[in-house]
Amino acid sequence: MGALSVNTALLRDILVGFVRDEVTKVGVNKGVLGLSGGIDSALVAFIAAEALGPENVYAYTMPYRTSNPESEAHAKLCADKLGINYKVIEITPMVDAYFQMIPDADNMRRGNKMARERMTILYDHSAAVGGLVLGTSNKTELLLGYGTLHGDMASALNPIGDIYKSQVWELSEAMGVPREIIEKKPSADLWAGQTDEQELGFTYREADELLFRMVDQRMSREELIAEGFDPAFIDNVHRKVQGSHFKRRLPVIAKVSNRTIDRDFRYARDWGK
Amino acid sequence: MNFTVALAQIKPKLGCLGDNMSIIESAIEKGVADGADLIVFPELALTGYFLKDLVPDVALSLDAPEIQKLKELSKRISIAIGFVEVSADYRFFNSALYLEGGEILHVHRKVYLPTYGLFDEQRYLARGERFRAFDTRFGRFGILICEDMWHLSAPYILAMDNATTLICLSSSPGRGVSGTEELGSSAAWQKLTSTTAMFLNCRVLYCNRVGYEDGINFWGGSEVVAPSGQVLERSKMLEEDFLTVKVDEGALRRERIFSPMMRDENMGITLKELKRIDRENSR
Repeated sequence: MGALSVNTALLRDILVGFVRDEVTKVGVNKGVLGLSGGIDSALVAFIAAEALGPENVYAYTMPYRTSNPESEAHAKLCADKLGINYKVIEITPMVDAYFQMIPDADNMRRGNKMARERMTILYDHSAAVGGLVLGTSNKTELLLGYGTLHGDMASALNPIGDIYKSQVWELSEAMGVPREIIEKKPSADLWAGQTDEQELGFTYREADELLFRMVDQRMSREELIAEGFDPAFIDNVHRKVQGSHFKRRLPVIAKVSNRTIDRDFRYARDWGK
Repeated sequence: MNFTVALAQIKPKLGCLGDNMSIIESAIEKGVADGADLIVFPELALTGYFLKDLVPDVALSLDAPEIQKLKELSKRISIAIGFVEVSADYRFFNSALYLEGGEILHVHRKVYLPTYGLFDEQRYLARGERFRAFDTRFGRFGILICEDMWHLSAPYILAMDNATTLICLSSSPGRGVSGTEELGSSAAWQKLTSTTAMFLNCRVLYCNRVGYEDGINFWGGSEVVAPSGQVLERSKMLEEDFLTVKVDEGALRRERIFSPMMRDENMGITLKELKRIDRENSR
């Protein structure tokens, strides 16, 4: 894990500073996030509480009736430890109302709908409390496309989008995220017993070791094979990264004018901030 | 002569000339109050860094009221500061001014515009064409803007032009968090400023900014490096800071006696070989 290991004190300073600076410069001082009971959102809650003060962080757990009760317990544990604002909002009524009309929808559609239902709740509460929605997708998930577009991938600011899952674990240890949250198997909690690694077919550690060399170090396929990675694993991960690239981009706009948004109309989002 | 330099490690607002002028004026007041003779600001202190299409909107000509104001202020303290300059033929430069005694003593237009990785300067900005040393009340100075310093020839030319103090204005994004003590970019810069000072027997006054723009942090760590390469003082990482450091003429004199590399530097050989390389390359 040598290459992936991070100076957690420095990383913490940068990420806490990021949340404080990028939230306050738009003229608000509050952050809103979905607290799933998993490690990624727990870490973001810790970062946000340190950056904005626990009284300015609003966390919501949004369980569906099939969600593992342990998830909610872990979310509450995290919120209690930090002293942040915390509320449970069930999404069962709205999700069930929708799928009553479409009873044959498969698990993927249901999972995506739930993720997007949660997104609308977070954005509604961001308007209600006057805060920004904080993203909780890490770099591994974002690169693999293991998330729902406009669902859990939607946010105003994402403090952990450039750190791999292994680094999320390392920073969570350093910041005092409760042990039971760090040690449990990562899960999207869409159905009982689901784990990310089972669904992906490889472990996050394995993916991180490969992605770090492939993406950050720009090693060629030959170099990765020489490093000992299985060619089939390399190709599988590469396919996932390429195949999910659309999720990491804004919608494509058909160009007809001389200045098209994001093409030749280019401004930083922090324009004037 | 001995002088006191202030390094204003500020956090400019992106594209907000008015707000940034206020930040700059307060820093100047503080510098004057602290007894500084010279105050150095970061690259693009007046405008912020990731300007993109804002470049033409925030550009100033040398007769702009903001520059006039800085000229006035320079009657009280010498000032080195970065901004976007627009020329009469509407080219836009990433420029730095050195103002003293109510006048602009020098304008440096950034020569090396990084356009790789997270940088995109050459898309928006025109390239400067020269490195020139100039005389100030503290001795002969040279100005570099950020990436300029990563090209060996740039500080070399200034030192050969008899500069003994190099000012580097910077907006260096922090990146490369790893298992080591230092941030990748700060470790690299610290090696560079120290080595440059040591190679050229020059002092280096390095001023970097802080703050975030679209998630990119600027790491600060502004510093004064003695001609021996030793860091005299360094500002905080990632936070606004204001450093006031006494710069000792004696240290420069002693270093130049102790390691007279610049005295012995042979421009004739360098030029002869560069001309040969140029001849061979153009065949």
